[in-house]
Amino acid sequence: MDKFVIEDLTVQYSDGAESLRQISMAIPANSITVLFGPAGGGKSTLLRTLNRLNDLADVVRISGKVRLFAADGSSVEVLDRRTDVIALRRRVAMVFARPIVLPLSIYQNLSYALEMAGERRKPVLDQAVERSLRKAALWEEVKDRLQDPAAALSGGQQQRLCLARSLALEPEVILLDEPTSGLDPISTNKVEESLQELKQNYTIILVPHSIQQAARTADQAAFFLQGDLIEYRPGKEIFLNPQDRRTKDYIEGRFG
Amino acid sequence: MDTHQRRNSSTARRKLYQRLGFGLLGLTTALTVLPILLIVVLIFAGGVPSISLEFLTGFPSNGMRSGGILPAILGTVYLTFFTTLFAVPLGIAAAIYLSEYAADSALTRLIRIAIINLAGIPSIVYGLFGLGIFVLFFNLGTSILAASLTLAIMTLPVVISTAEEALRSVPQSFRVVSISLGATKWQTVRRIVLPQSLPGILTGVILGLERAAGETAPILFTGAAFYLPTLPSSPLDATMALPYHLYVISTQVPGMPTRVQYGTALVLLILVLGLNLIATIIRSRARARRQW
Repeated sequence: MDKFVIEDLTVQYSDGAESLRQISMAIPANSITVLFGPAGGGKSTLLRTLNRLNDLADVVRISGKVRLFAADGSSVEVLDRRTDVIALRRRVAMVFARPIVLPLSIYQNLSYALEMAGERRKPVLDQAVERSLRKAALWEEVKDRLQDPAAALSGGQQQRLCLARSLALEPEVILLDEPTSGLDPISTNKVEESLQELKQNYTIILVPHSIQQAARTADQAAFFLQGDLIEYRPGKEIFLNPQDRRTKDYIEGRFG
Repeated sequence: MDTHQRRNSSTARRKLYQRLGFGLLGLTTALTVLPILLIVVLIFAGGVPSISLEFLTGFPSNGMRSGGILPAILGTVYLTFFTTLFAVPLGIAAAIYLSEYAADSALTRLIRIAIINLAGIPSIVYGLFGLGIFVLFFNLGTSILAASLTLAIMTLPVVISTAEEALRSVPQSFRVVSISLGATKWQTVRRIVLPQSLPGILTGVILGLERAAGETAPILFTGAAFYLPTLPSSPLDATMALPYHLYVISTQVPGMPTRVQYGTALVLLILVLGLNLIATIIRSRARARRQW
């Protein structure tokens, strides 16, 4: 089943930086879709389009269609002005490259999204905090100091906290923009393991921080180059037997 | 001269320049600090002997030449209180609008220029403006209310610009994360941006109020009284105030003992420096606790 169907998506920023040209692709549910390629290719732009975080950026032109499907087959048009963006962002969560913890306690970081959505019942919040921490494999490490400032955690813990935080609302899709770029190999491993677990229940779209990570994690992978989608196929095929010359050169390390 | 000698002499010259440079910097520092130190020391030396319970809690007597200055102290407290009431909510709201909501348009640029220029207007002009609009047009008379409103308008630019700066210093990434978690803009402001910038805002507020508490010109025509035998009973009464009282007893009353003048100056100074101290403490505490 497809989660997102993107048709002819074009995005252009006012400064001419990283844009997308006529992208069309379908992103299947309950799997890991990897967007890779050299910097400036449009990967982050695509992520930020999917939950309308681009609204905060200086976009001069955006056209095409992006449809988000629910389990019952109904869909919303993401780019439509009338779409409820708050509701959209609650369904499509985002984890950023740098672990940005909010200047609150560990507990509050996790309960934040739910509280903003109007949830006030303490038991519900407690439960959600524990559940999302367990999913991000962080519960055992922080369960005794939930009231401590989140900024006191190590970098790796902070990034798993951010992952946990994005799970608190039970979203359908998790967007991850180079989530392990600042992490050591052990923490990276933990995050990747969590992702393999999470894909049972979530649709994961990942911009990896290396080709190796792309190859390790991808169920399907899309290669972006300067705003164009060059090749989009199942992970094993694209990494073992790339069809396009440019994909092959990039994977073999000839540029980028 | 061989190279070795030349290098030696250039090293010596550089050392001399360095010493000269440091000397000059030290001198300018001394020139800025010395006047402040002198004022504080002189006023303390002259004023401390006249401070007593009677001076702080009594009414002026004998044509203000003796007795206490309670009405002036309380008057300044009232004025500062009402100024806070008007200027702070309005100023913070304006700062939030400018920093978080307003697009960068010709209009907002105009507003910003207006704010900067308002901060530069001489206080006597505010006083005359207050006289025209609050005392006469709104018919509030010379009253605490009219004077406070005038002071509030004078304080607003300081509050707005420091509050806006404090809001802007909160990292943009916090806003993006909050929005990405499905929070609305207002929730983001209320839960993340405002709490994080509160110490900075408070500092600005206190610095603004400090100026308001010490000003004479804006209250001269709008609410300050030369002498009142009783305390004001409502915000619509005129009041005595420390800065104006100081002016009066320094220039308008013949045979005034300098002791009383020094004492009054000392009380005003402590009030203002006290506010300043509070601002400094808030700022340094917040800086120690900040997580970014």
